Amino acid sequence: MVEGMAAWRRRRVLAGMVGAGAALAAPAIARAAPSGAPVKVGGTLSLTGFLAQTAVIHKIAAEMMVEEINGRNGFLGRPVAYVLLDDQSKPDVARSLYEKLITVDKVDLIQGPYATAPILAAMGVAQRYGKVMIQSSMGIPKLQTYDRAFPATPFGPEPDKTYPNVILDAMAAMPTPPKTMVILTSKFPSAQFMAVGMREQAEKRGVKVLLYLEYESGNRDFGAIAARVKEANADFLWVGSLGLESNQLLESLRKLDYTPKNHFHLYPAPGPLALSPDGDKALCSTFLEPDEPFMSRPGMKKLAADYKEKATKANLPYTTIDAQACGMISEWQILEAAVAGANSLEDEKIAAWLKKNRVTTVYGSLRFDGPFNHGDAGQLIKQVQNKEWKVVWPKEFAAPGVKLIAS
Amino acid sequence: MISGVLAGGMYGLLALGLSLSWGLLKLVNLSHFALAFLAAYLTYELGTTYHVAPWWSAAMVVPAMFLIGVAQHWLFDRFKVNELASLLITFSFAVILEVAIQLYWTADYRRFETPYSTLSIKAGPFYIPVLELVLCLVAGVLAWGTWLWLRKTYVGKALRAAAEDADIAAAYGVDYKKLAYLLSGMGAAYAGVAGTFIALIATLAPAQIWAWLGVVFAVVIIGRLGNPLGALAAGMLIGASESLAMAVLSPAWAPVVSFSVLIAILLWDPEWL
Repeated sequence: MVEGMAAWRRRRVLAGMVGAGAALAAPAIARAAPSGAPVKVGGTLSLTGFLAQTAVIHKIAAEMMVEEINGRNGFLGRPVAYVLLDDQSKPDVARSLYEKLITVDKVDLIQGPYATAPILAAMGVAQRYGKVMIQSSMGIPKLQTYDRAFPATPFGPEPDKTYPNVILDAMAAMPTPPKTMVILTSKFPSAQFMAVGMREQAEKRGVKVLLYLEYESGNRDFGAIAARVKEANADFLWVGSLGLESNQLLESLRKLDYTPKNHFHLYPAPGPLALSPDGDKALCSTFLEPDEPFMSRPGMKKLAADYKEKATKANLPYTTIDAQACGMISEWQILEAAVAGANSLEDEKIAAWLKKNRVTTVYGSLRFDGPFNHGDAGQLIKQVQNKEWKVVWPKEFAAPGVKLIAS
Repeated sequence: MISGVLAGGMYGLLALGLSLSWGLLKLVNLSHFALAFLAAYLTYELGTTYHVAPWWSAAMVVPAMFLIGVAQHWLFDRFKVNELASLLITFSFAVILEVAIQLYWTADYRRFETPYSTLSIKAGPFYIPVLELVLCLVAGVLAWGTWLWLRKTYVGKALRAAAEDADIAAAYGVDYKKLAYLLSGMGAAYAGVAGTFIALIATLAPAQIWAWLGVVFAVVIIGRLGNPLGALAAGMLIGASESLAMAVLSPAWAPVVSFSVLIAILLWDPEWL
């Protein structure tokens, strides 16, 4: 992981803590209920279309946060109203809807949509109107070139370099470090971007990539791909998967009577992979899990309980809070802290405050003064152990007694 | 190759109902895919909530789909929907079904885990997945049975005659309207059969309704409209070609294959097309 800026100035940390504290310590302080005209915060999510299964998690998290913020002091003493529209997983629709939110609905502030393509589309509109846009799911940070766009998830500025090295460090710590690797990836842009980085970093560190394959996002049949993976029989299988692609691949491998020795999955649907018999010991990217040390972060226990309740009510099959939900929670925590810190709803002042201050979020303390407004990278590795996801790497983020298990 | 041919069985099964409706009723039924997914979700629900075995689910879902097909045709008949309008209307119907599925089952992924999902038979160096094999056999039986029915029975011959020239067929006493209801029901019932297998083999998400559209359209055209055996053969041809592309070239080439084969065949313009 990229180390934090060693020379980080104490004064800036303190200044950030004042703003973050305003948000996080708020429940402990008796406040009047927010009153007056609501502060309208607009945004879109992919409530229908191919991204809908993840966006619904973001919707629940956002609504939960609006409720929580309004239970405190709202924004500057005014209640927050969330204007949520459905971009249908289409960037062009996202673009039009952000235009509508700003010019017709006259929202005061905006929140970013879900996934790289809709975010890029919305970012263009935000830039035209000078709006601050906080987003949590743009997997290719270098594309976030707008000065007032801020990440709520700690990918770091170069996750294609930093995260493969986290994985390679974990591999090196295994009793028999893998020497060969198969890289298989969806052509979904953020997955492909990480796969290319993984190949480069693996080769740099002497791990031989026996096979590199790309498949179309939404691929239906993994039989032929599984046959090639089996034939390569590498020590480590890296899969740039989304949704249930990992489950489909592992099932196809089982049909060929093959179990990969060690396997990593980039963005799979967490519930189905953890519960699948093929998912045992699967490794995966994450930023936090509902376990220690993360549950000791301020407010995390309540958030996890609230999320479980709302996700159950929404009939979601996997109701455990995860990095997806926390991305949206982090977005709102950042916006709340920035509005309070800047003491203003003006985008210019909010952006200026964010560039100078840290914000304490569910992901820890985030900063926004690096390249593309990114701060330190915080991507971790989790593993399925007894049908539950456990953070296993880096070691300092593993819960007491939890270790990386090699096959 | 084996995996591709077996995957092609699903293309063929999905193409079967669509091909009959397009070829013999002159209706391009885009909602066929949504009906297949509705059947898949019902199979999933019956299996996971009520622990109903998939074959019992099929026994309930397939007749229900038949009735939906009949009801759908009543609407087409009532409003005198033509070939072009059917595209738009059935597209709307598919969108409504997609939203309804999402409202009830949410947009989240659903997977019907069964003991059969990863079963395979080892034949020498080859592994043959059992579910896909059963799917292919069912698709084969349905395609062959429908082909025989269309060629050997009075009803089948009447349907083909009416598709050729409805007025002349009517002059010979063919009640095309009644037969069309039967055929529409059959097409939807085939979607129900495909849906049962989709529930067992694939991942369910409402947006997946559209994932099969392109390739199945190519299969219907290659297999010739209204030709059940052609649909199955074309499905297997496309499946095998896609699989070969994945194994020899790159998996990313697979989606290009179905349309390349379609274009090549259209350019070749063989007599049987």
